[in-house]
Amino acid sequence: MNINWFKYASPASFYPLAGKMIPWFAIPAGILAFIGLVMGLFVLPPDFKQGESYRIIFIHVPAAWMSMVIYLAMAFWAIVGMVWNSRLSAMMAIALAPTGAMFCFLALWTGALWGKPTWGTYWVWDARLTTQLILLFMYLGYMALHAAIEDPRRAARASGLLAIVGAFNVPIIYFSVQWWNTLHQGASITPNKSEMAASMASVMLIMAVAAWLYAIAVALKRVRCEILDRERHASWVAELVTKTGQVHG
Amino acid sequence: MTVIFRTILVRELTLGLRRKADMLMTLFFCVIVASMFPLAVGPETELLRTMGPGIIWVAALLASLLSLERLFGGDYADGTLEQMVISSHPLAMIVFAKVVAHWLLAGLPLVLISPLLALQYGLDGDEGLILVATLLIGTPILSLLGAVGAALTLGLRGGGVLISLLVLPLFVPVLIFGSAAVDDAAAGLSIEGHFSLLGAMLIAALILTPWAIASALRISIE
Repeated sequence: MNINWFKYASPASFYPLAGKMIPWFAIPAGILAFIGLVMGLFVLPPDFKQGESYRIIFIHVPAAWMSMVIYLAMAFWAIVGMVWNSRLSAMMAIALAPTGAMFCFLALWTGALWGKPTWGTYWVWDARLTTQLILLFMYLGYMALHAAIEDPRRAARASGLLAIVGAFNVPIIYFSVQWWNTLHQGASITPNKSEMAASMASVMLIMAVAAWLYAIAVALKRVRCEILDRERHASWVAELVTKTGQVHG
Repeated sequence: MTVIFRTILVRELTLGLRRKADMLMTLFFCVIVASMFPLAVGPETELLRTMGPGIIWVAALLASLLSLERLFGGDYADGTLEQMVISSHPLAMIVFAKVVAHWLLAGLPLVLISPLLALQYGLDGDEGLILVATLLIGTPILSLLGAVGAALTLGLRGGGVLISLLVLPLFVPVLIFGSAAVDDAAAGLSIEGHFSLLGAMLIAALILTPWAIASALRISIE
């Protein structure tokens, strides 16, 4: 059997595919987020220790997970782009960055809001919060580098290299920050890792899946815009516009 | 291979030593930054002694950022860098020589001036020596990682600020272990672990970053 592995590596053939895929991710994301939020905010009973404030976990934890997963996904696409020199992989990496930065910021913000009732302060230099903050800086640096280079080819390759170097550094940063944290302050204010009730865990899982699906849908949408922008001089884009009068795939 | 290393090293050092003002500027920057903090937070000896290692490390970090733009900037402007990229010698070796020269001219003076800064903060005796030792291991890492940022931002508008955005997050582990070693020595704890980790980071950076710098230069030049 002869499979053409690189069929959808071409922006022209990926563009309509991405268009068809978006609803398959966006609609389940919406449904799951709705279920998760209704369950998390209204149905589940309050925590016996933290009261109502624990409910922020349903946003906070998925956001923190996604912010790290998306950085790794970015580095993955950057490596693919470097190895096979495919334009689409670089576009995927760029399309993921704003979503990752958004989740990272969301994790920090909800972390601060959660910290006030539980730790009594908006910000502590907790290992996880600090790593998250540095991760946000790395997202911003990535996007700033991409925005600063005018030539799109160079922009894609340079920011891709930065993402790879960053991905190597993320574990080192995480462990060094964790060690720094244990050296400098007692572990008294880290949130207690009491085992989570099964109902809570399942709602959190639903929210995490919703966040995954949302991230994929948004990245696909953004990569479509990126494709149109980059390929605006290509004949297939011109055909698409004249055929449909608008750019729906 | 060693010939090209030596040639580039001698060239860079000669060029650098003929422009002593550049070198001294970085050095003075570090001294001035470190001298600002006592004026801002007050002259209490205890406070300064606890903050000293961190402040000196941050000052060294900022100072090493300042000189990064010059690492490839001049050669990029006059086309020398292009010749280096297309030459038959391994580019990783050439950039490694450039980074070594850069460290000798920008990093080593910081290490040498640090005992003076340590005295300003009341870090006398062993703590001062440990600070110097951490800087001696740490500043080459800063030069190597910073060179990746310098290569990526070559010829861009606002390159200097952009370099800081890109490489400061990557400097975090070095900063943590460098200053923590001094703190722990002051508290009478063992500092072997810090030095082992700094050494490991230096070795990893020595092996990996020349390739990253070389490919970043290729991306920026083409």
